[in-house]
Amino acid sequence: MSSPRYWRGIPQRYRLEAGKCKKCGKIYFPPRLICDECKSREFEKVNLPKEGKILTYTIIRVAPSQCTDQAPYAMGIVELSAGSTGKDGVKILSQIADCDFDKLEIGMPVRIEFRKIYQEGEAGIICYGYKCVPV
Amino acid sequence: MVGITGYGVYIPRHRIKVEEIAKVWGADAQAYKKGLFVEEKSVPGPDQDTITMSVEATFSALKRAQIDPKKIGAVYVGSESHPYAVKPSGTTVAEAIGACPDVHCADFEFACKAGSEAMFVCLGLVSSDSIEYGLAIGADTSQGAPGDALEYTAAAGAAAFIMGKDNIIAEAIDTYSYMTDTPDFWRREYQFYPRHASRFTGEPAYFKHILGAGKAMLEKVKMKPNDFQYAVFHQPNGKFPQRVGRLLGFEKKQIETGLLCPKLGNTYSGSSPMGLTAILDEAKPNDLIFMVSYGSGAGSDAFVWRVTERINQVRDSAVKTRDMLNNNKSYLEYGTYAKYRGKIRKGE
Repeated sequence: MSSPRYWRGIPQRYRLEAGKCKKCGKIYFPPRLICDECKSREFEKVNLPKEGKILTYTIIRVAPSQCTDQAPYAMGIVELSAGSTGKDGVKILSQIADCDFDKLEIGMPVRIEFRKIYQEGEAGIICYGYKCVPV
Repeated sequence: MVGITGYGVYIPRHRIKVEEIAKVWGADAQAYKKGLFVEEKSVPGPDQDTITMSVEATFSALKRAQIDPKKIGAVYVGSESHPYAVKPSGTTVAEAIGACPDVHCADFEFACKAGSEAMFVCLGLVSSDSIEYGLAIGADTSQGAPGDALEYTAAAGAAAFIMGKDNIIAEAIDTYSYMTDTPDFWRREYQFYPRHASRFTGEPAYFKHILGAGKAMLEKVKMKPNDFQYAVFHQPNGKFPQRVGRLLGFEKKQIETGLLCPKLGNTYSGSSPMGLTAILDEAKPNDLIFMVSYGSGAGSDAFVWRVTERINQVRDSAVKTRDMLNNNKSYLEYGTYAKYRGKIRKGE
C-alpha cells in the first residue's frame, strides 16, 4: 500500500472514525459523502465502540503476500456494540488475533486492539490499524 | 501539586519458559532460573511492537485519568525498540488516541531508562505549566542474541502515565537523576542485537547508578527506607532489584509488589514503570513509593511518589498489571518464538 493511501485511512484504521448522518442517523464506516437513505450531505464524526461480537469467521491459510508470516489467521465479520452511535451495531471486517481456532464461535464477544496489520517488506512503511481479540 | 493522573499497562499474551530456550542451546535451565531468578518471559506477537503496546497501555491510562485526549500536550515514547529508525513512534500513538494535531511528540532512547526519562520530562513540562497533561510511555520489544544470557530475559511490555496537576492519583514529591558515561551495554547502528560487557553491567553500572541515585534521592527528601510502603527498581533480572533494594535499606516486603521480572522478564524501558503500575494497583492513599530506574550508558532517575485518595476511584477502571501478567497466557515453542521475533533468516 502506498503511503498516501494508508495515510488517508488513518482516522478509520486507528480510531474507528465513522460518519453519522445528521438527518437520519445512519452510520457509515468508512464515511461517505451522501447518505444512501435520505440523500443528506451532512455528517458528524463518531468513534465506533470498541466491543462487539463475531457474526461469522473463516481461517485464512493461504494469505496475501504481505501477511504470509501471520498465516494461518482468523478473519471475521464483527458487529460492534450499538453504544452511543445508533440503534444498530456497525459491522466490520477484521482479523481476529490472539485466538485459539478451535475455541472461535459465532456470537463470541471480542474487543478492538491496535495492532500491526502488515509491513511493506523490510524497508517500507508499517501499516497499523484495528484487529479484534477475544474478550 | 504535580503527578500521575492516570496509568496503564500492556503485556502481550505470549510467553516462553526458560527451559524452552535452554533446551535449544544445550544450557542448564535450572542454573539460569536460579542465577537470574526468572522463570519465563513475555513475547510480542508478530503483529505487536512498541507502538501497538504503547497505544493499548495509553487507552488504559486514559480510562483512569478520565480526560479528553485533546488536552494532552506532549506524547513521549521511551524505548530502545522503536519500530522505525527514522519516523517517530509518538506521532502514531498520538494519532491513535486522538491527541493530534495540537501536541508535541518525541521519542526517547536511553537503553532501559527511556521510559522514566519520558516521565521525568513530562513532570517538568506540567510543573512549568507549559502543558496541561503529558503522556509518558516506557515500552520495549527487546531482543537478546540467540543463546546469549540476554535471550532468557529480554521481554515485551509497556507502561503509560498521564502526568498532570488535576485529579492526581500519585503526587511526585521529588525527583533526582544520576548519570555517568559507562559503556556496559550498547547497540551500534545497523546491528540487530545489542552487546553487553557481562559482569561489568553489575557493580560499576547497575548498582553504582541505582545506589547513587537512590541515596541522593533519600537525602534530598530527608526520608528513610522504612518511611516507604513500596520500592521499585529496574529489573534486568529478578535478583538485581532485590539486592540493590537490600543495599539501600529496603526490605523484601517493600519490593515484592513491584517485582514483575520473574514472570515477565526484562521489559527494558517498561521495566520499573510497569513495576510502578503493579504497585499503584495495590497501594492505599498516603502510601509512599520509592522508584529508581536504570539505563545502560548509564544513568538512573529516582522518584518519590505519594498516593492520593483518588486511587480508590480509578484503580478498577482498567485492567490491572498482575491480572494481565497471570491470565490468558499462551506458551510458545522456541521455533514459533524465533519466527515471531524475526530471528529466522528467510529467502527473498
